[in-house]
Amino acid sequence: MPDASLRPSGAETTTTDRTAELSATGLRVEFPTRSGRVARALDGADLTVRAGEVVALVGESGSGKTTLARSLVGLTRPVAGEIRWEGRPMDRSTRGLKALRRHVQLVLQDPLGALNPRHTVYESVAEGLRIHKLVARSGRTETELVAAALSSAGLRPPESLFLRYPHELSGGQRQRVLIAGALAVQPQLLIADEPVSSLDASIRGEILALLLKLRDELGLGVLVVTHDLGLAWNIADRIAVMYLGRVVEAGPTEEVLTDPQHPYTQALLSVVPEMDRLEPIVLRGEIPDPTRIPSGCRFHPRCPALASGEADPVADACRGTSLPVLSGDPNGHRCACHLVDWRLSTDPEEVSS
Amino acid sequence: MTDPSLLEIRDLHVTYATGEGALPAVRGVDLTVDRGQIVGVAGESGCGKSTLASTILRLQPVNATVTGEVRFNGRDILTMKWGELRAVRWAGASIVFQGALHSLNPVHRIGAQIAEALHVHSSGLGETTVTGRIDELLGQVGLDPERARAYPHQLSGGQKQRVMIAMALACDPELVVADEPTTALDVMVQAQVLSVLSDLVRDRGVGMLMISHDLSVLADLCDRITVMYAGRVVEEGPAAKVFADPLHPYAGALSAAFPRVGDPAARFAPAGLPGDPPDPRHLAGGCSFAPRCPRAADVCLPAEPELVTYAEGRAAACVRIGEPRSPAERSRDHHA
Repeated sequence: MPDASLRPSGAETTTTDRTAELSATGLRVEFPTRSGRVARALDGADLTVRAGEVVALVGESGSGKTTLARSLVGLTRPVAGEIRWEGRPMDRSTRGLKALRRHVQLVLQDPLGALNPRHTVYESVAEGLRIHKLVARSGRTETELVAAALSSAGLRPPESLFLRYPHELSGGQRQRVLIAGALAVQPQLLIADEPVSSLDASIRGEILALLLKLRDELGLGVLVVTHDLGLAWNIADRIAVMYLGRVVEAGPTEEVLTDPQHPYTQALLSVVPEMDRLEPIVLRGEIPDPTRIPSGCRFHPRCPALASGEADPVADACRGTSLPVLSGDPNGHRCACHLVDWRLSTDPEEVSS
Repeated sequence: MTDPSLLEIRDLHVTYATGEGALPAVRGVDLTVDRGQIVGVAGESGCGKSTLASTILRLQPVNATVTGEVRFNGRDILTMKWGELRAVRWAGASIVFQGALHSLNPVHRIGAQIAEALHVHSSGLGETTVTGRIDELLGQVGLDPERARAYPHQLSGGQKQRVMIAMALACDPELVVADEPTTALDVMVQAQVLSVLSDLVRDRGVGMLMISHDLSVLADLCDRITVMYAGRVVEEGPAAKVFADPLHPYAGALSAAFPRVGDPAARFAPAGLPGDPPDPRHLAGGCSFAPRCPRAADVCLPAEPELVTYAEGRAAACVRIGEPRSPAERSRDHHA
C-alpha cells in the first residue's frame, strides 16, 4: 500500500520522478598520508544511480566504496572527475550542497554512533525538516511530517516513539529512525552505508524489506554500500564491484552474481558461506596499500587466474598494461579484466555478457 | 567405561541479579563437544549464547548465579578449586572473545602478549623456546613471524583476529571457545579466519565451540549446531540438516535470513522475522517464541515446549512439528 502521506502536496516535484539521476565519472579522491605518499582512495570510479532502482556497491574494506558514497553527497572533494545530479555538475557552494542533500540523503553506518544520544527520536527526525525549512512549504505541521516519516520507516504507531532516546531503542529501531530522518526531507535518492552489518540476522531481513518497499512505493533510488553479496542478491537491481578505488565489474545483479566474469568477483562469490556449487577461492592477504597501486591490472598480485597460469596468454598485459575505467553506463554487464577481454576476442562464444 | 566427552554441559542455568529483578540469561542448556568436533551455537543478541561461552571457563560476572554442570574431561568446572581452574584456563580450554579487536593491549608488541600466556602457564621456558613457539603459532594462523614485533595498531582487523587465535592456541588447549570470531570482518578475511580455525580442528584434533548469529557460517564449518532462543535450546542437530531443513520455526527464520546467492526464491524477497526477542525478566508462560512465530497456535501457550528427539540425531522444542502443515508451508519445506 503506497504511503501517500509522505508525498509532497501542491506543485512541488514528486518523489517518483524517475529522471532523477546521480552519476560520477572518472572520480579520483586522494588523501595525504604521514609518510608523504598519496593514498588514492578513488582512482577513476564511474557509477550511476537513478530513482526507482537499488544499486549495490560491494567490495572488501579498503576498496573505496565508502569514499565513493561520501563523494556522491559532497562530503569528500575529488581531485578529478565529475559528479552530476540530474544532468548538471555538482554545485560545491554551501547553498548548492544543501540543495543537493535535500534530494540525496546519506544513511550512515552504525546507527548508535550516528544518532545524537541527547536528542529524542522526534528531534532527530525533525532536524532535516528544520534545516531545509520544509514545514512551512508543505502546509502541514512538523508533527505530522515527523509522524509520516517514522511510519514510512515502519515505526508504528509513530507517536509512541517521539520522546524516546536512542539508548532506549533496539538496534533495528535505531536503524529505522535513521532512515526516517533521511525520508523526512522527501529525498529522491538514499545512500545507505552498510545498513544491516551491525544488526541481528532476524532484523536484517526487515530492514532490507523496508528499502525495497521505499523503492517500490515512493520510487526512491537506493545505493547500498556493503560487503555482503547475499544482501545484493536480496534487494539490488544492479551491482558494482569495487577493488582498490575502481569499479572492476558491474551490471544487472542476476548476471553478475550468477555468471561473474572478473576473477575478483568470482573469488568474493566463492567464499559466501553455503555456496556448495563453488570451490572456495580464498585470496591471500588483503587489499594492497592505496599509496602503492600495483601496475597493470590493480588486482594482479592477488589474482588466482594469474597465479594458476590460466591467464598466461595475457600475463604481460596483466602486469604492465593498465585497464580503462569502466563506464558508469547503467545498462549491460561490464568487466575490467585482460583475461576476459582476451577470451572475448579469441572465442566470443566462451564468455556470455 | 567410555571416555567422558571433552565438554559436557548439563542443565545449565545462569541468572543475573539486576536492579530490575532477576534476569535468567541461560535456562537449562545441555550441550556436548567431542574432540575433533566443531559445535556451533546460533541465536540473536540476548539469547544467552555469550553468557554460555563465558560460563564454560567460569568467567561470568559476579552478579551471576550459576547452577548445573560444566564437565571438562569429566571434571566439573563450576565446583573446581581455584588452582585446578587456573590450570584448565588457557592450557585446557581457551576463549577467543567477541570484539577481540579491542582485547589486545595497545602498548605491547604482539609477540610479548603471546609470550605472557606461555610464561604464566608453562613456567621455566627458555627465551629461545618461547620465541620459537611464537613463530610457530603465528605461522599456524597464516601470519609472518616478523609480525611478532608489530604493535596492534599496525595490524588490520583480520590480522588482529588471527593474533587472538594464535594466543588462544599458545598453551595447546584441547578446547577452543570462539565467540563471534568473524563478526565485523570482511567476507574474504572471514573466509581466511574460518579456514585457519577448521584446519586447526582437523590437524590437531581440538574440540571447538563456535558462537555466531550467522547460521550460514556455522553450517559451513560445524558438525553440529545448537540454536538458542531466550536462554533455551530450541533446536539441535547435524549442521547441514539444521541449516537446510530446520525443524523449529525460529531456526527456519535464522536460516532464511542469509539467502543462497543464485536462489530465485530469495530475489527481491529478503526474509525477516518481525518483532523483538522477549525481555527475559518478564517471560510469559508458554513457548517464548510464540509472539513472533508464524506457526503459533493455542497449543503453544500453556507450557514451554520440551526438547523432543527426532530421527537422524535431531532434537527440537516445538509442539507443532508433528502437526500437518498448510500447503504453503509444505512447498517451502520441499524447496529447502
